[in-house]
Amino acid sequence: MKRNFYPLLLLAVLALLPLAVKSNYFLHLMILFLIWVVIGSSWNILAGFTGQVSFGHAAFFGVGAYTAGLLFTHLQVSPWWGMAFGGFAALLIGLPFGAICFPLRGAYFALASLALGEGIRHVATIAENFTGGMVGIMIMPTFISKVPYYYIALALAVMSVLSIRLIVNSKPGYYFVSIREDQDAAASLGINTTLYKNLSLSISAFWTGMAGALYMNYMGFIDPHVVFSLHDYSVMAILVAIVGGVGTIYGPTVGAFIMVAFQEFFRTGFFGLFEYLGDKTGSTAVSVLGDAVKQAHVLGFGILVIVVILYLPNGVVGDWKKIRRNVFRIKPAKEGV
Amino acid sequence: MDVFLQTLVAGILKGGLYALIGIGMTLIMGVMGIINLAHGQLMMLAMYVTFVLSTMGVDPYVSLFVAMPLLFLLGVAIQKFLLNPLIKVETILPENQVLMTVGIAMVLTEIARFAFTSDYKYVTTSYSSKTFHLGNISFSVALTVAFGIALLFTAAMFWFLLKTDLGRSIRATAQDKDAATLMGVNTERITVITFGLGSGLVAAAGCLLTPIYYIFPDLGGPFTAKAFIITILGGLGSTVGAIFGGVTLALAESMGATYLGMEYEDIVGLTIFILVLLFLPGGFKRLTKV
Repeated sequence: MKRNFYPLLLLAVLALLPLAVKSNYFLHLMILFLIWVVIGSSWNILAGFTGQVSFGHAAFFGVGAYTAGLLFTHLQVSPWWGMAFGGFAALLIGLPFGAICFPLRGAYFALASLALGEGIRHVATIAENFTGGMVGIMIMPTFISKVPYYYIALALAVMSVLSIRLIVNSKPGYYFVSIREDQDAAASLGINTTLYKNLSLSISAFWTGMAGALYMNYMGFIDPHVVFSLHDYSVMAILVAIVGGVGTIYGPTVGAFIMVAFQEFFRTGFFGLFEYLGDKTGSTAVSVLGDAVKQAHVLGFGILVIVVILYLPNGVVGDWKKIRRNVFRIKPAKEGV
Repeated sequence: MDVFLQTLVAGILKGGLYALIGIGMTLIMGVMGIINLAHGQLMMLAMYVTFVLSTMGVDPYVSLFVAMPLLFLLGVAIQKFLLNPLIKVETILPENQVLMTVGIAMVLTEIARFAFTSDYKYVTTSYSSKTFHLGNISFSVALTVAFGIALLFTAAMFWFLLKTDLGRSIRATAQDKDAATLMGVNTERITVITFGLGSGLVAAAGCLLTPIYYIFPDLGGPFTAKAFIITILGGLGSTVGAIFGGVTLALAESMGATYLGMEYEDIVGLTIFILVLLFLPGGFKRLTKV
């Protein structure tokens, strides 16, 4: 029970949050955070646990989003049906994806996944008759209030993290880790590495696709450059997991929170701090600096990645002991080494 | 037929530049075993260096001599202070160095955006749009010069790798790092120099490209993609392969653009890439054994 204390506490707080917080802006951030929990955790099961570092997760996200959008534009059914089919559509894309990428290892795998992700974006752009091309797809949001979206996102996040946790703690999960640690040794022990890599990819693709379908319903607009974006999704998914902790169950959750907060922190100019200071002191230099900070969130991400990889290579969760030791000066009860 | 020949010529000329980009990448790949996903961004920086110099009236081909050393130093610094420290750290994923280059790429792009905004910049020279004709085929002057200089650099690179001590050390490190260390090669220093060289070479490609291309901060991404496609086509770590890969990609792109339509240019490259990964893993290196 003690092991589950913090996750359950977090869940309780998240479940009660809309009762306390009425601000739409804040709820929007929380929805983004929850969507990132889903994507980051999905990336993590494939890369963090199975060792297959994918640079193409935008493909699954985009396919999920487009499933929802295309169901609406072509079949005139509610885009919410995308939540039923988006995950499976992403899974279907995932199978050829795996067939192409899994014979490859390490850097080759990463490059192949990157190329596939980019390839699918080009296909979505060129196939104008089917996808609408660069015009994109626009739908009317179902709910005006953000609260329903919040709870749907929360349910999705909980389900994805829970399912990933279940799998990681079961036999396939141990197979995943053995593949990550040494694929040849795993194969020689009789583990069907291709099967388990595909299983890991399927779970990963499924949840990422679901996140995409939710995104379509929530944001109401998609185009190929938004949802298949290499930097906004494929790379961001990696960052979320890396910052939080690769190969840990709750790492991506922490990472998603840090990344969304970080992004907003920059985008609002340290939550309006600079504007406030600028008004107070009447100095234009501060205002100019504030404007610069607002545009600097990608730069901030880049620096954050460099710092995290240099000093916390296992992420906030993975290196928690190290943080406690160095930042809070708390000696862990038992030092392992 | 003329259209075909014209496409062929354009492809081969562009292939020279691509080869230069690819050689830098393949050197880094060979010695360190990682993909440098900041390669295109380094080229983008070199192009901005050329741009700044051109506003002071310096010809792009002259700024080659400024941009290359500058980018060499930047590459050295990146390897020394950002990538090499990672080798000693124990992590779950061995790909941390690759992810680091992603971070570096983001930082470089955003710094360029801060300094120069997202607007497209042009460096127009007297020869930017000049062409000369051989029969019915027209040759762009700037591209032809770029092709010539690229060949020169490639030849120099070969000489360096084959004949000098440092070049031999680099090849030794690429073949077997541990063995090279045992033979007294300071492999850490070699990785630093190699990254510098790779950056310098891609800087040269950037300078040569400047008169015929436009410059914007996000240009790095597509060129990083091209660089790794070239490297995979040629085979990781193979310098000869990078030349073949560069020319193949450039030819495929020109053919795709001529016969399928401009929007298919990128798809053709990616398709070839995936086909090679599937059917010829190891790239042209497997065929030529070089």
